[in-house]
Amino acid sequence: MTSSAVVASVPSLVDGAGAAAPRRRPGGRRRWGQLVWVAPALAVYAFFVLRPLITSVQYSLYEWNGIGVATFVGGDNYAKVLTDPDQLGIIGNAIVLVLFFTVIPVALGLLAAALMHGLPRGSFTTVSRSVLFIPQVIPLVAAGIVWDWVYSTNGIANQMLSAVGLDGIARPWLADFDTALPAVGLIGSWVQLGLCTLLLLTGIAKIDPSLYEAARLDGASGLQVFRHVTVPGLRREIGVCVTVTMIAALASFDIVYITTQGGPGNQTMVPGVEIYRLAFSEREVGQASAMAVVLMVLVLVAILPVQRLTQRSDQ
Amino acid sequence: MNTRTGRSLITRAAVGASVLSLAVLTACSAPGADNTSAGQDEDREISTELTSEDVELDFYIETGFPIAQELADEFTEQHPNITFNIRSDQFAVLTENASRVMASDDAPDLIRLPQLVDPARDGLLLDFDPYFDAYGWDAFPESQLQQMRISDDARGTGSLYGMGIGYSVTGVYWNKAIAAQLGITEAPATIEELEADMATAKAAGQQPIMQFNDIGGIAFPFQALYNQLADPTDIADWTFQQPGATIDNPEATEAMATIQEWADAGYFPSDANSLDYTTMMGRFSGGEGLFMFNGDWESANLSESMGDDVGFFLMPGTEEGAAPVAMGAPNTYTIPAKAEHPDEAAYFLNWLHTDETAREIIVNSSGANPGGPSDLEIPEAANPLTQQTLAAGQTVGADGTLVDFVANATAGIYAGSIRPELQSLIDDRTTPEDAVAAIQAAYEDEVGP
Repeated sequence: MTSSAVVASVPSLVDGAGAAAPRRRPGGRRRWGQLVWVAPALAVYAFFVLRPLITSVQYSLYEWNGIGVATFVGGDNYAKVLTDPDQLGIIGNAIVLVLFFTVIPVALGLLAAALMHGLPRGSFTTVSRSVLFIPQVIPLVAAGIVWDWVYSTNGIANQMLSAVGLDGIARPWLADFDTALPAVGLIGSWVQLGLCTLLLLTGIAKIDPSLYEAARLDGASGLQVFRHVTVPGLRREIGVCVTVTMIAALASFDIVYITTQGGPGNQTMVPGVEIYRLAFSEREVGQASAMAVVLMVLVLVAILPVQRLTQRSDQ
Repeated sequence: MNTRTGRSLITRAAVGASVLSLAVLTACSAPGADNTSAGQDEDREISTELTSEDVELDFYIETGFPIAQELADEFTEQHPNITFNIRSDQFAVLTENASRVMASDDAPDLIRLPQLVDPARDGLLLDFDPYFDAYGWDAFPESQLQQMRISDDARGTGSLYGMGIGYSVTGVYWNKAIAAQLGITEAPATIEELEADMATAKAAGQQPIMQFNDIGGIAFPFQALYNQLADPTDIADWTFQQPGATIDNPEATEAMATIQEWADAGYFPSDANSLDYTTMMGRFSGGEGLFMFNGDWESANLSESMGDDVGFFLMPGTEEGAAPVAMGAPNTYTIPAKAEHPDEAAYFLNWLHTDETAREIIVNSSGANPGGPSDLEIPEAANPLTQQTLAAGQTVGADGTLVDFVANATAGIYAGSIRPELQSLIDDRTTPEDAVAAIQAAYEDEVGP
């Protein structure tokens, strides 16, 4: 979440401070006056977001256990993150999670929103919306614990499989090397689907109804309406969904920490949990910080093109 | 937002980044430079007389282990001028916060701390040597305190930095009711007999071993085997970070290979890799599993839930009558260098090793040996299972060897390497040779070769 705050706020900060200083035109004084009003928020922001960010970058250049005196190691920590196969595998896991946290929820969310949009307002739509949105309200830790039970040997997932005669594929899903990462990913899909559906449903309501009417008069099929009216009209909402869910995927921590702690082996280890493990259990604060900075850059690299593609003006 | 602002967003992000890097370049000295030398006065006079003033001692302990609270209550009963302020946290939270809490200005007077090496070298812990001399702790068996001695380059030698509230031993719990059904009447006396019993259980549709492995609990049976196969001194050297020590040796490889054979034979639960400790305890006490590798700290619990259906034995050797080698460790507590009342905290530690009531509390609350001077009798335990674990501990003390957990060798080895390697091993994702090599590589990464 810190990463998204940085994306959103660093530019505006630089804009506000940088633009005010050199210009001594009329209004310059007013700008300084404005800065006074911004100052309290700016101070809090600088202290709680910028300062930790700067110290993280500083720590990443040292080998440090958090207490003793640190040794300057230059880029060694970064070299390790970017060359060690284990660490690269961890980043790879985060990228796989994007499929589950972003692609599946956005695709299903679009479908659900398009289907629900056509329905008359009533208890069915209200119930469906609530059911889809509930995962967003539940704390991720609680969700992780519940899914841990669902996936366990005697959990609901396996009970349902045996009920339909599929005992053969029943297994402890989170303990199995092949299924652990997809299983964790599906928890993410479940959490993000509600958010995406709700956002997209709100977006659909804003699309000019005359477009739908015109398309229908022109004889467009349901699929064509979806492709040429609904999806283009939802570009901004899709952009928001993709941005938020990608950050959730790349910076995931709670679900993995609660359900698997990165196991079995390192199958589900993600950067968030690895940073935590390095910093607090191995006390490699420098290595952890380097991983955190790489994660932040990764999030930026993933998010900026999405922003450019989806936030263009509609002309 | 239009394309222009889109482009300028990137420009601005770049400007932001350069501002940040500037700030970093101008940032102050190396982190940590200002909080070493935690403030221990070399010339401080220690006292073994308990003060007559009113003193409140701050404890920072582990949630779920009320023993320190029970001892504190008894201590206040005997010395009403000493009261206690006890704060507790979950084990993981405690170990992660400990160093920062001890470095802070309101450091506790006594803290539960399983990993002493790094904090001791960072100057966060009080050197117990003056108290060792003043209280005459040389009357304790030396092996009892050895694991808490730390020097600049190794553990096991050097100054004393902690003491145990209870000295635990591990072994194997067995479900006697299941055993009786299978026609097993006695605890196995060799590894071969243990394996035969497991084969019998498997054939009869019983789970041979109930063991958690979500965070690497198969380290218990692994080390139980390794202890019997290798020279205990080599294992101790490794856990004590002696230069040149290695786990990449034939004995550890053989122990790993045996674990893998057991896994392939279905001796571990099929969901071991996602099985947590609490669920394991629930299943074993609910009658699932013939054996469970665990420590004496569960004896009171198990005795209550399983009654006479449960027994405890030390891991047998390769041959009958071999001297027992068991994994065990003190439940270590230490005094931070910045503690406000170190003399009173040390008095408390000495008291709980020597006072009869305190020793009874330790035995009955933790199931562990209370330690203390060799010539003091160990109090009788209230339940038969704890009597068995205590007797096992005494057997090890008299005829055998106690080695520390390999998982305690370094701060990060358990979560960072032993857990993933053991999880991979029982799922045939790695070989015994690769597993020990990987653990050794992680070890050298942390302590140097």
